[in-house]
Amino acid sequence: MEKNNSISKLQELAYELKIRDIMTTRVTTVLPTQNIKDLRKIMHDSSISGTPVMENGKLIGIISIEDFIRSLVRGENNKTVQDIMTHHVETLCADEPVIHAVAKFEKFGYGRFPIVERKTGELAGIITKSDIIKGMLRKLEIDYREEEIHRYRASHLFEDVVADHINLTLEYNVQGQNFHHAGEASSRLKKTLQRMGLPLEIVRRAAIASYEIEMNIVIYTNGGKLTASLLPGILSITAVDKGPGIPDIQQAMQPGFSTATTTIREMGFGAGMGLPNVKKYTDDMQITSTLGKGTEIITKIYLKDQNAQT
Amino acid sequence: MLKLKDIIPELELKPASQNFDSNHEVTGGYASDLLSDVIANAEKNYLWITLQTHENIIAVAVLKELAGIILINDREPDPNTLSKAEKEGIALLLTPLPAFEVVGRLYQMGLRGL
Repeated sequence: MEKNNSISKLQELAYELKIRDIMTTRVTTVLPTQNIKDLRKIMHDSSISGTPVMENGKLIGIISIEDFIRSLVRGENNKTVQDIMTHHVETLCADEPVIHAVAKFEKFGYGRFPIVERKTGELAGIITKSDIIKGMLRKLEIDYREEEIHRYRASHLFEDVVADHINLTLEYNVQGQNFHHAGEASSRLKKTLQRMGLPLEIVRRAAIASYEIEMNIVIYTNGGKLTASLLPGILSITAVDKGPGIPDIQQAMQPGFSTATTTIREMGFGAGMGLPNVKKYTDDMQITSTLGKGTEIITKIYLKDQNAQT
Repeated sequence: MLKLKDIIPELELKPASQNFDSNHEVTGGYASDLLSDVIANAEKNYLWITLQTHENIIAVAVLKELAGIILINDREPDPNTLSKAEKEGIALLLTPLPAFEVVGRLYQMGLRGL
């Protein structure tokens, strides 16, 4: 649901994004034999605070500004990189998810990790906490922009689509007598309509109407279809089943009337309010039913005049 | 504004599901054991008091965007109900009290059903 959405979205991103997507690939490296006086200039010029030490294309250590300061404190002079560098290097592979990097920063407290290719062991890049933040923000921005475009497209669907006749149909199969999956078709429909950017009030009414007709198919028939059609200005929800049919539609529309069995009633269904609820939340409702053949319910919700019915 | 975290300790409710937002606001309550009745009459952010333990109560709670469900009389949710509650982030709260008592105490806390 909506709760803690931002947190879970970031977690999701940290699993989804690979280190390769966000690492810095242009890595400044130093040689083990370089004097540490050069090191200060290199770090200053590239505005970095640590760098891998490479020898013949191999990663043999890592040196940071802290190593440099420690050496200065000891009053050392004329040392080379290999004298003061950290020999044991913690690395990450480029194909690992970003969450592994997050965990490693947490565990070791280092400022950076060299990234290597899993197969060749070659240095592929370097990652800092700031790479992670920048990478995640960039991805969030892209996702957000895509969502905006989707939302715009959906809400302008009928203005932008040019055709003589427009009819967008969403069809859901409903299994009869299956209470385990009962409500799933209407729940999927609700999510889809939400994503398409329909007004929340319309989505809410469509969800209730489709839930009730779906439950009728589940309770009374061996299955059927739930269909939502988006026509200009109208959302039409239709249910078709090959069930036993309704003998007296007027009676079925009476609040409180139900033919549900005791077992069904004990589960909380069969309140005799299903069809009255559908009528209450839609602007138009037509039922045709033939005994022994099946039932068809066609409902309409008008998109323009939202005050017509609540 | 009352929140779930105010109501849960006050009524000594036992959360059966863990994945829910205890800061969720509660604006009212509805007591009924008929699902369609709840669909027709409960409002968003209401607490629903019921003896139904069947998994479809979660579908109804999601549909109506309820604040949570209180299961009365020491009733335990079905395993499927619990797993759906966790998945959908619906607060499923248990109590040994009967419905009348639960409603009375909620009313005393300031909750209304209109």
